[in-house]
Order: sequence, then C-alpha cells, then structure tokens
Amino acid sequence: MNIFVCVKQVPDTETKIIPTSDGSFIETASIKWIMNPYDEYAVEQALLIKTTIPEANVTVVRVGSVKDTEALRTAMAMGADEASHVAAGDNLDSYSIAKALKGAIEKTGRKPDIILAGKQAIDDDCLQVPQILAEMFNLPSVSVIVGFEMNGTTVKVKREVEGGALEVYEIATPVVLACNKGLNTPRYASLPGIMKAKKKPLAQLSLADVGVTDADRRVKYSGFKLPPEKPAGKKFDATDAAKQKDVVAQVVGLLRTEAKVL
Amino acid sequence: MANVLVFTELHDGHVKPVTLEILGKLAGQSTDVALIGDISAEQIAILAKNGAQNVHKLKGANLDKYSPEGYANALAEFIKSKNYDYVFGGATSMGKDLLPRLSTKFQAGLASDVVNFTMDGGVFAGTRPLFAGKCLAKVELTGPKPHFVSIRPNALGMTPNPTAGAGAASDVNANAGEIRAAIKEIIKATSTKVDLTEANIIVTGGRAMKNAENFKILNDLADVIGATVGASRAAVDSGFAPHAMQVGQTGKTVAPSLYIACGVSGAIQHLAGMRTSKVIVAINTDPDAPIFTKADYGIVGDLFTIVPILTEEFKKLLGR
Repeated sequence: MNIFVCVKQVPDTETKIIPTSDGSFIETASIKWIMNPYDEYAVEQALLIKTTIPEANVTVVRVGSVKDTEALRTAMAMGADEASHVAAGDNLDSYSIAKALKGAIEKTGRKPDIILAGKQAIDDDCLQVPQILAEMFNLPSVSVIVGFEMNGTTVKVKREVEGGALEVYEIATPVVLACNKGLNTPRYASLPGIMKAKKKPLAQLSLADVGVTDADRRVKYSGFKLPPEKPAGKKFDATDAAKQKDVVAQVVGLLRTEAKVL
Repeated sequence: MANVLVFTELHDGHVKPVTLEILGKLAGQSTDVALIGDISAEQIAILAKNGAQNVHKLKGANLDKYSPEGYANALAEFIKSKNYDYVFGGATSMGKDLLPRLSTKFQAGLASDVVNFTMDGGVFAGTRPLFAGKCLAKVELTGPKPHFVSIRPNALGMTPNPTAGAGAASDVNANAGEIRAAIKEIIKATSTKVDLTEANIIVTGGRAMKNAENFKILNDLADVIGATVGASRAAVDSGFAPHAMQVGQTGKTVAPSLYIACGVSGAIQHLAGMRTSKVIVAINTDPDAPIFTKADYGIVGDLFTIVPILTEEFKKLLGR
C-alpha cells in the first residue's frame, strides 16, 4: 500500500506578519517555520494506518522554499519512510502546488492508494489543494475529516460541516483525504526517530522536474498589507463588586445606542 | 460587463444569505443563478429582486444529497453549455469542498474566501485575508475561463442591487456522473445554532472558563441574544470544548456583528481569527490582556460574575 502525505511549511502561529515594502509578499527572513498544524493530523493518520499494515510505505511530499526542510524531517522523525521536496517559492498558488505535488507523487513511480493532507494551510488559507489534487488524479476526495476507519480497501470517514454536523462517507481506495484537528493526536518525534530521519531518503526536485511552469499560475497576489487597525476602544473597571451592575448596564446601553448592534 | 453565474446552496429550501450578498455586489453585471434541486417562486422572486436574470434549477438522479463529484459533474456540464466569464459561490463548508474540484474541471483558477471585490470593466479584482487575517492581499485571476471566486459569508454585507433581474426560472437536466464518494449517513450536530462562520453574534470562552461545565453561563447568555458559542484554542486544547467551536488561526475565522470574548487573553492566533468582527466586547480580569487592544468595549472583571449580570441586562433590554 502506498500512502502519500502532502505537507506544507508555514510560519509559526505566533508569527507577527510583516508585508514586504513593495507589497509583493511578506518578510520571511526571521520567520520560524513549522509543519502546517493540520498536516500533522495527516502524517499521524498515515502512521496509524502503517501500524495495521506494516508493509505500507509512507512518503511525505512538500512544495516550497529550500530555506529549511523542517516539515519533511519532522514527518520522517515521526515515522514516515521517505520524502520528496519540490523546490519553489513560498507564494505559489494552489493550482501550481497541486500540479507539483501530483508530479512529485508520479516521480516516485508508485501508484497512490491513499493521499492525505491537512484540510488547509494556515498561510494562504485557501482550502483548495487536496480537492484540486483529487480532481487532477481523477480520484474521489473527502475534506475536513475528523474520523477515519479502514476495512480492507474501503475507508469510512467523517467530514465535519457547518455547526459541527458530520457527513459519513464510505469509499473504496484510492482516495484523497483532507484532515482536520480532532482526527487523532499527532505523536511527537522521538530522539531515535530524529536520528533515524537523517538517514531516510529525501528526493530533491525542481518545478521543472515535475512539469510546472509560470503558465500554471491561476491566482495572482499583490498589494500585501496589514489590515486597518481599529481605534482604541473604551475600557471599564468592574473589579469593584459594588460597581459591576452599573458598568455592565452602561456597556449594554452603549451596544444599543452607540455601536447599534442590538 | 461580465457574464456571471452565482451558485447558491439551499438551506431548508432557502437560498443562503451569502448568495444575496454576492448578487448585490455584482450590480451592473449580467448575472444568473444556478442551484441543485428546486426552490419556491417566493425564493426565485428574492433572487430576481437582487439582480438574477435566469435561475437554473439543476435536476437529475443522485443529486438529492451533496457529493463533491456529483455536484461538480452536474455543474461542470451545465457551465460548459453556457458562456460564463465568472462563477461565484459562498465559501461555506460545501463551497470550500466543491469549488476547487469544479474549477479544476476547467483547469481554471479559484480565488477563495474573498472578503471584498470590484468588477471594473467586467474584470474581477478581489481582496482576501491571508495568514488568518494577519494581512490582506489583492487577488486576481488568470488562465482559462470561467474564473471562480468564493466569497466569505458576512463579509460583503447586504448591498441592495438597484436593478432587478427577470428571474426567469428553468429546469436543467443534470447528470451527476460517477460518484465514488457518497454520503452514507449524516450525524446531526447537538447544537441547532448557526455555524460560527455565519453567526451574527458570537460569545467565546477562553482558558479562564476553567472547565466544560462552566460554558453553561455562556450558553445562557447566547440563548438570550441569539448567539453561537465559540472557544479559544487554549479552551479547546484543555478539553473544555470541541474543535468545531474553536475560533482562531487553527480554528474558524469569524466576522460577526458582535463578538463577546469571555476570559480570552487574546493570543495573536486568536485575534487573527476574530479581528474583523464589527463590534468586540472583552471581559477579562487582567487589565493588560492583549484582547483589550482589539475590544471596542472592555470590561476588566471576573467573567463568572460579569457574564450573569450581562445576561440579565440583555434580557431587560431585549424584553426577554
């Protein structure tokens, strides 16, 4: 069984984002890069499948900058068998990334049985790549999954939709699944795992190797800027028990008369 | 002027509000609406009033329930039979799942989760948040047409379209094609409230809630003002609330009219997910909590005493 996990390397969630002076992207020099948090659930799910099917191969694939290979090394330290890295800028659009991932998966010469990815990357927040990849491979897909069971070549997954309702799908592999928080609890890489990861194969590819050119771009970004700051609001001290009722009544009154939201 | 198709989802037979937000903003374009299934004459009249020229009702076997492949196949076949420059839809659960697959059938691009846009000269130029709203960027589309756009609910607001459309309704024979991933069963949510991403009012609890049971005081407040209850990442990671309730960079990005943060300190990743809320109220014991920098109205005090008083005051004000 061939399992592929698509991972992205993104700025840590506590990063303060600063647009470049020409607005073409963000300043990346001092960013701490991490594996996209949703991709950790995808890696973990692949490893959970491998515990029941030990002969399964888990390959992690990433498209992005060469600054470091944190995400891929982390995935291999967690237990993935090998990795492919397609060197590219950090501001590719979803269509180009999906096409590059497809190319990288095909380069391995193995036919995918299950492709896992995070439901969204927390940098561009597009929520597109897994579904585009599925369509490019002509495979079924389910996104935002929070439950996974496998019986032979059939998977049963739960997809979370608005309001927390769950859609249950049963699908024969091959399939593309986009994972959400709540699916599992990602493991930490062990020290021996980290040591072993250094010796695991990491294929280095270029966009040209996977057949992606500038003509594959569909979405163009420009004018990166910070959102407008709100003017400072009003702050009320309600630490004194005697004043609490008056303060709250005042705020509720302002919500109606000043903010006009009630 | 561009030829635009707006795909609308139905919820209990009604078009989703985001559809009307989109139609209002598309004033001046030639705009049709497509949906899968059937809707009432009354709903068609609402679409017409908001500018819909034609309302195409796609009907066929295996389209009674959503499936990514069935809906994408049916819509792709219909869109190919027309000459649309753009296809718009809501960035809802369904839209986020469906539109990337649909756009790829045309090898076309999708600008997702757009919060504002213009159509100068019939050409789309949008604004969308990145990094969970920590920054904004201009987004444009290139490559094969039609171009696809998904719009974040609650972002555009309701701007009435000054020109009504004919609202000519027609049935379209639709073909779902091969469906490999089909819904076997739907497990209903325990809450009947609107989803956080579409909620008009949100009450959120943070780490200071201390446990899951204490969320009851937030639910009581929410019931009075018709709010949906959310939670910070700290509260979710501590097991006080499920992930479906999480607001922030690794949860949901929300934009309600009123956001009430209770015992939320205001970590960068949380602020990113709720900063575009129109009015923000924060309750926290720490006067220096970062949440106060984003709050229109900050109350320094203990949420366990303030929230019940707030509930009573809202009851009085709203006569409930």
